[in-house]
Amino acid sequence: MEEKLIIEKSRSGRKSYSLPAWEAKTKIEDCIPSKYLRKRRANLPEVAQIDITRHFTRLSHKNFSVDTNFYPLGSCTMKYNPKFNEQVASMPEFAHLHPLQPDYSVQGTLKLMYNLEKALSQICGMDAFTLHPSAGAHGELTGMLIIKAYHEKNNQAGQRTQVIVPDSSHGTNPASANIAGFEVITVPSDEKGMVDLNKLKESLSDKTAALMLTNPNTLGVFEVNVKEIARMTHSAGALLYYDGANLNPLLGLSRPGDMGFDVVHVNLHKTFSTPHGGGGPGSGPVGVKKRLIPFLPVPRILEKNGRFSLDANYPDSIGKITAFYGNTGVILRAYAYILINGIDGLTRSGNTSILNSNYIMAKLKNHYHIPYSGSVMHEFVISLKEEAEKYGVRAIDVAKWLIDNGIHPPTIYFPLIVAEALMIEPTETESKETLDEFIDLMIKIKQLMEKDPELFHHLPQKTDISRPNEVLAARNPVLNWNKR
Amino acid sequence: MDYVPASDNDIKEMLHAVGAEKFEDLIKSIPNDVRAGAIALDTGMSEFDASCVIGKLAALNSSLDNYLSFLGAGAYDHFIPAIVPALASRAEFATAYTPYQPEASQGTLQAVFEYQSMICELTGLDAANASLYDGGSSCAEAAIMAVCANSGRKELLVAQSLHPYYKKIIQVYLKYSGVEIKTVPADNGIIDPHKLEKYVSDNTAGLIVQSPNFFGCIEDMESLAAKIHLRGGLMVMVCNPVSLGILESPGTLGADIAVGEGQPLGVDLCYGGPYFGFIACKERLMRKLPGRIVGMTTDKNNKRCFVLTLQAREQHIRREKATSNICTNQALMALRGSIYLCWAGKEGFYELAKQNALKAHYAAELACSVKGVTLAFNHPFFNEFCLKIEADITAEQIIEKLLPEKVFPGISVKTIDENLPDYLLVAVTEKRTATEIQNWVHALDKAINRK
Repeated sequence: MEEKLIIEKSRSGRKSYSLPAWEAKTKIEDCIPSKYLRKRRANLPEVAQIDITRHFTRLSHKNFSVDTNFYPLGSCTMKYNPKFNEQVASMPEFAHLHPLQPDYSVQGTLKLMYNLEKALSQICGMDAFTLHPSAGAHGELTGMLIIKAYHEKNNQAGQRTQVIVPDSSHGTNPASANIAGFEVITVPSDEKGMVDLNKLKESLSDKTAALMLTNPNTLGVFEVNVKEIARMTHSAGALLYYDGANLNPLLGLSRPGDMGFDVVHVNLHKTFSTPHGGGGPGSGPVGVKKRLIPFLPVPRILEKNGRFSLDANYPDSIGKITAFYGNTGVILRAYAYILINGIDGLTRSGNTSILNSNYIMAKLKNHYHIPYSGSVMHEFVISLKEEAEKYGVRAIDVAKWLIDNGIHPPTIYFPLIVAEALMIEPTETESKETLDEFIDLMIKIKQLMEKDPELFHHLPQKTDISRPNEVLAARNPVLNWNKR
Repeated sequence: MDYVPASDNDIKEMLHAVGAEKFEDLIKSIPNDVRAGAIALDTGMSEFDASCVIGKLAALNSSLDNYLSFLGAGAYDHFIPAIVPALASRAEFATAYTPYQPEASQGTLQAVFEYQSMICELTGLDAANASLYDGGSSCAEAAIMAVCANSGRKELLVAQSLHPYYKKIIQVYLKYSGVEIKTVPADNGIIDPHKLEKYVSDNTAGLIVQSPNFFGCIEDMESLAAKIHLRGGLMVMVCNPVSLGILESPGTLGADIAVGEGQPLGVDLCYGGPYFGFIACKERLMRKLPGRIVGMTTDKNNKRCFVLTLQAREQHIRREKATSNICTNQALMALRGSIYLCWAGKEGFYELAKQNALKAHYAAELACSVKGVTLAFNHPFFNEFCLKIEADITAEQIIEKLLPEKVFPGISVKTIDENLPDYLLVAVTEKRTATEIQNWVHALDKAINRK
């Protein structure tokens, strides 16, 4: 059912707000000269509270979410978001703190942040962490700036101008490296889906500032040569950056620091169970090895005799990347998650994410082409190239069929190196029955493709809308309700 | 404890299906030399035990519920109506992700479209995106946008009266862009449009000005915009969204891009985040906006619907050629902003802004009755102003002196930027009552004039 825009429900004089009483002794024009005042009020909706409540409740019903649907969106780690996390973040002792309150009055939050920095350092095998970055891409930018500052300190920034990324990397990797002023060099993957060592060797030189790597990579494959990659990178004088989007399977099992990474970012909204919010907020803390600590963003949290304070006095720091100290509310949730799980719970979570993904892959491998199936961790990628050619059924069509069957589709058309890609990440918080249901549907869809391929072009059928005209949306952009 | 549903029996069956005897068989390709040894992290605990640990940490904080606060400088203590958290915390919004699949995400998509529309209404501009990280990073994104829209121009002007933190973030983001950032002085609390000419050249990509600015003063935006436009530069205005209830909109004042911190619109202070940054621009710059954008379109049955659009700008398509690297944004916080704006409505948003201004002016006038206290500047202001203390005490000392009184009297400008004068920056929202303002003035008097 169509839900009208909230502005279409607006009726002059209707209201929801109430304001504290105030005996106005002055007029606004006596405070602020009228030349600065608005001539025309902002045209916000005039609606009652019941209108707002129904509107947003109905809109919420139009979403698939982790709480309502299986959501195997690859590279996004859509695991269960514990309710306890939410309770912690809404405690007034945390939520009602102004960021510029004196340190004296925020000891609990500073201590919690300090503890989280230490816990992440342990989990990742790094020496120090900053919690400032607001999301994964923000963490990447922070990491790239740290690497730039490091080479500058060693008088090599003028020479080390290149950052290498594999062709399977997330788009944010090259984009972040570019903003930090680097030239991006792409290396191809080999037939196993791993970094091609020979090609990497050719790309590495005294111009290389860093190699950015995701491990397991976006094919879900563990880079078994990671130690050798680290050795090669370091002997070229470059640093190794870890994109932590896929850290989840490695919890308690393997640490980026032990693999030889110098800088890592983790996504608290993926690995550490904080909700994705329909697009955010996330949080992308960055960890570094000892020699890079001086370059971390400021302010940093200091501990002295059990007292915590913020300190901005780090002359080599890259500076400020966020107005205050990051997405504190997300940080609170991640801390609650780590506290409850402990190292045993985190390890079991990581292990089970590997088992769940391998289970689905094993059940589907006779039905679909899985181009890279060796050492698969928490996710794997199906290629529907053959089905697209044979039946005209593409990845997007399969996605729409899954929507009709109550499942949020996997990530489609990524990574770019797999044609008609379907990237499946079940996470550890799904039960065997949910996985079995998904497997059965995936097998059934294969049969349907053979029997009735035409059907797929009319999907989805059970949703309010079907196949939006995206070309029209981009050609004639209608980005606000006044343009409709 | 963990949140894994698999029973021992499930694991056994699944391993069997995979053709493995034990879990180790699945990970045998991971070399031993990259396997984790002992990790120094405690084992898990029950939810009750965890709530006790966290309760003890919470008890070490003193929240604004127990203090009389006049803190601002980019984060403001506004009232948040119950309807905002109640609706925004709905799990269907909170536990979804980026709306890549429009048929499974119309809720988020329509909500973002409405959010964009309301940001356009507030700013008087044509297009907005789905949100950025915060006010600071929005300034940096706007700076990059101005440079890209004016490619070839290698200078960017930033007002000295811009929040010092925002300025620092712009400097960090643009450090390697080859663009020179020049500061336009604000000697008397605002930029003098007559002196701006000295700084603008044909190499100026844009001018970034905050109004009300860091000191609380309202800038002469119209004159500034005219001067920068004369030389072909873009006007970027940084604004407090609540001020737009009564102050002239950026679009009307001549801004090409408006950005700001969305926190005042129904978002918890939460020690600095998560907040949301907003960005809006004129139509001709729309394709230079960073981040996600939602557009209205029709589906195959000609029904109205919403999709992510203009994606050819973004990092997942353009990779290193994208002008912004943002992917995940602050959608759930922007949703709070939307619900808040619906709650306030056309009339309420005006009344809210008015009450902020009236209370701040009442507080400023009353504060000036204290011996040694004057307004630092003589410019119009909205809900924030600087006090100059002519006495043998610094702003920082006043703040320390009033801690036992449970008053946060304001922010020491000098602790935000040591190059700025020693002023006390004071913010007054609709939450402050006349009695509270009087108590604050008494506290100031006590701190300044009683030995």
